[in-house]
Amino acid sequence: MAFQILLNVFIAVTWMFMTSSFSASTFVIGYLIGLTLLFLTRRFFKSRLYFWKLWAALKLTLLFLKELTLSNISVFMLVIRPKLNLQPMFFALPTELEHDWEITLLSSLITLTPGTIVVNVSDDQRTLYIHALDVDDVDEAIESIKNSFEKAIMEVSRG
Amino acid sequence: MSVIINILIVITITVGVVFTAVTTIGILRFPDVYTRAHAASKSATLGVMSILLGVFIHFWYNEGLFSIQLLLGIIFLFVTSPIGGHLMSRAAYMAGVKPTELTVGDDLKEVVEKARKESGSLKSEDQ
Repeated sequence: MAFQILLNVFIAVTWMFMTSSFSASTFVIGYLIGLTLLFLTRRFFKSRLYFWKLWAALKLTLLFLKELTLSNISVFMLVIRPKLNLQPMFFALPTELEHDWEITLLSSLITLTPGTIVVNVSDDQRTLYIHALDVDDVDEAIESIKNSFEKAIMEVSRG
Repeated sequence: MSVIINILIVITITVGVVFTAVTTIGILRFPDVYTRAHAASKSATLGVMSILLGVFIHFWYNEGLFSIQLLLGIIFLFVTSPIGGHLMSRAAYMAGVKPTELTVGDDLKEVVEKARKESGSLKSEDQ
């Protein structure tokens, strides 16, 4: 991925030299041309084109902001309810993510969405232990995390 | 346009103050350290982030000052606060703080007990 970005910048700089105008707009045009060239020569790259990854990262950010707002509102509802009927629980979440940064990202996202805090990561990094504020159904909670965040992170890292 | 931006500023700051208040009420009302960590580490983050965003928009639009420091503050808060919440609750759990009576299930208990037993009987470095 880093190589593709570097190549793209290189093409943009080459475009600046070819047109012999060194302004930001020329760089942008060269960068766009570089994007097109990368897209045309995509079968020579081993990994996926990097702008799909950027797109996936953007989608992950939007998903995260949405979840953050929704679940903050749900905690708000929980706090102002006259009778406090919480059902806290520690549950285990098996994860398929492998790299350290993926697990860090996942646990940060889980921790920042209210209702869940990551308490422990198991030694083999296959399981996250999560404390949830109000659980009706554990499997449902696991499913929702797995389907939203884990899938989106995989989308960013794989391919 | 100016009205819309000002409404946006008011909304972000109001949301921030409301969530900060929620944090305080949560800390007072919740029964144990873990549930309090929920309130403290997250609603507070969103609240402060929202206030900072409102301040940023205000200074950008009304005063013509584009403050990078505020944006950096938002990002730093965003990166560090979940780690803080995680470390607090993990340290509490490892120190043996009991969760509240309401807790319906505990998958972590046996793992921690097993690890403790192993490190007690033989000093295993690979754990």
